[in-house]
Amino acid sequence: MLEIKQLHKSYPIGDSRLHVLKGINLSVKEGEMVAIMGSSGSGKSTLLNIIGMLDHADSGDYILDGLPIKNLNEKKAAEYRNKFLGFIFQSFNLINYKNALENVALPLYYQGMKRKERQELAMFHLEKVGLADWAHHLPKELSGGQNQRVAIARALAANPKLLLADEPTGALDMTTSYEIMEFIQQLNDEGKTILMVTHEEDIANMCKRIIRLRDGVIMEDTAIKQVRAKQHV
Amino acid sequence: MFDLDLWREIFQSINKNRTRGLLSGFTVAFAIMLFTILFGIANGLENTFDELFIKTADNAIYVYSGRTSKPYKGLQVGRAVSLYNEDFEYIKNEYSNKIEYITPKLSRNFQVSFINKKGSYNVLGVHPDAQHIEKLKIKKGRFINLNDIKSHLKVIVIGRLIEEDLFGKTSAIGQYVNLEGINYKVVGVFKDNGGDSQERLAYLPITTVQHIYIGKDAVGEINITYNRKMSSDEALTFGTDLTQTLRQRKNVAPTDQRAIRVNNMALQTKGIETMTGGLGILIFIIGLGTLIAGIVGISNIMIFIVKERTKEIGIRKALGATPKSIVSIILIESVLITALAGYIGLLIGVGVLKWVGPSLKEYYITNPEVHFNIIITATIVLIAAGTLAGFVPAQKASRIKPIIALRND
Ligand SMILES: Nc1ncnc2c1ncn2[C@@H]1O[C@H](COP(=O)(O)OP(=O)(O)OP(=O)(O)O)[C@@H](O)[C@H]1O
Ligand SMILES: [Mg+2]
Repeated sequence: MLEIKQLHKSYPIGDSRLHVLKGINLSVKEGEMVAIMGSSGSGKSTLLNIIGMLDHADSGDYILDGLPIKNLNEKKAAEYRNKFLGFIFQSFNLINYKNALENVALPLYYQGMKRKERQELAMFHLEKVGLADWAHHLPKELSGGQNQRVAIARALAANPKLLLADEPTGALDMTTSYEIMEFIQQLNDEGKTILMVTHEEDIANMCKRIIRLRDGVIMEDTAIKQVRAKQHV
Repeated sequence: MFDLDLWREIFQSINKNRTRGLLSGFTVAFAIMLFTILFGIANGLENTFDELFIKTADNAIYVYSGRTSKPYKGLQVGRAVSLYNEDFEYIKNEYSNKIEYITPKLSRNFQVSFINKKGSYNVLGVHPDAQHIEKLKIKKGRFINLNDIKSHLKVIVIGRLIEEDLFGKTSAIGQYVNLEGINYKVVGVFKDNGGDSQERLAYLPITTVQHIYIGKDAVGEINITYNRKMSSDEALTFGTDLTQTLRQRKNVAPTDQRAIRVNNMALQTKGIETMTGGLGILIFIIGLGTLIAGIVGISNIMIFIVKERTKEIGIRKALGATPKSIVSIILIESVLITALAGYIGLLIGVGVLKWVGPSLKEYYITNPEVHFNIIITATIVLIAAGTLAGFVPAQKASRIKPIIALRND
């Protein structure tokens, strides 16, 4: 699915540079569910964003589904984000003036799908996350858990192969977090590859593999036995 | 290519964010309102000038003669100089391509009577061209024609008010009026927008006047309108050329203002042209200034809006929006707001002109209004302005990196 070799990334801080990623090597196969852990500021989000083509690496190789990601033009990158990648963020990142249905339908709009078709498909995904009755509500009328489910429905709408989640449960209480994790596990069961940044050990344990970042490199990379979220609900 | 979905996106964005739409719209509406009012006032001033020239043609040249004030070639001072038919014919033939209309003119006050009604009126002996030079409108019958001139016919064309004075409600056509003992057949009645005094004049064939009252073929003055194809500068040159030619012809000193005097309306026309020209440039600069201020204003607001929408744009990009689609959203929103607000400003401006217009007459502003073609021009200008104003913000928006937009702070 993806192949990363000697990936470096630094940010300019005043006159000097902050070296965040110092040679990451990572390989993820299709169907994996990987938790990325590490202390705050260790570069987890940075890594995830580069994988998601939202940011560029300074050096190193990144091959996504056989395509080397380097100097891709904006249009091509947009197409990849649209068709290949789904994002779930800690702060949901829904468009505040669009209702749940319209938010879910937005990636389909950028695919050029017809209005009727994309509304049907968006509704299908909202049903899947159990929010069909809330389709016409604005984000501000929904709870955190509901908003995150809208965001998941949106990430799924374009049927991406790779789902990237940056602390998807970070803003949610425990019960809601487990509900969300149950969804994500279900998606993985259905064959989607998932990369997830998290701070919480119990959430990480619900994945199938944990990598820990420290000082800009991967310190630890272990396969684990997945804990099913359903047991906790 | 009409992308209904794109328009839906834009309308939703405007509709759901009315405050910012109003904010940016206000600037544009205000600028366009000012622009409209200025334009209207400029038009009003021009209308005033036009009105000043309703009485007589603005391309008229009047040639008068008098007594010499300077000795010349041994001829003494105080000699009376008269213009004759032959001078008229000479001018007419010599300058035929520079002249639009030309008539000699003899004027005298007459007692005019019909049965027991009478009045004293100014009566002018002329050629047929006088109708056009004086801007007369024939109400009924006809004006003096060449046959009248050739045959010294005793016919008369009277003003509308003379008909009213002498004939009351009955028609004067075909009746005979008496000018101090001689009967003239009324062949026409005319109207004139130049005011009451202009409608209490009467016209005779000049040859008849010469024949009956003067006994020689002198003409009092010669009135000309110059060919409108000439610029006012060319008309001025024509005037001086004519003056010098006539002075030479009449053996008058080239600088003798009294013997031969030429009054050329081109002088005023040129002055007014310069003035309206200057006024036009001034209005243009002020108008352009307001327009640019409006464009800069909306552009700034759009940049602010883009800042405010940074996160949204980041989200859209993360979901697969191309830079081009981001540019169209911002640009079309800008054009829509500009065009709509501009129209509102235009309407308010037109309304203000309609409302205060009549009270501006004393400031030499007549009928200040904007014409329909200005509105069409304004539409084009507004769309161009919206595009121009949205350009920088749209460019900024399309360069937003999704990663920066999506940061949690
Ligand atoms: N655009 C940027 N400019 C400068 N510094 C940045 C930028 N983005 C991130 N950083 C810095 O890079 C380091 C890594 O950031 P990153 O967001 O990847 O950390 P993280 O592991 O996700 O932390 P957290 O757990 O708090 O989310 C941090 O020290 C952060 O301050
Ligand atoms: Mg982070």
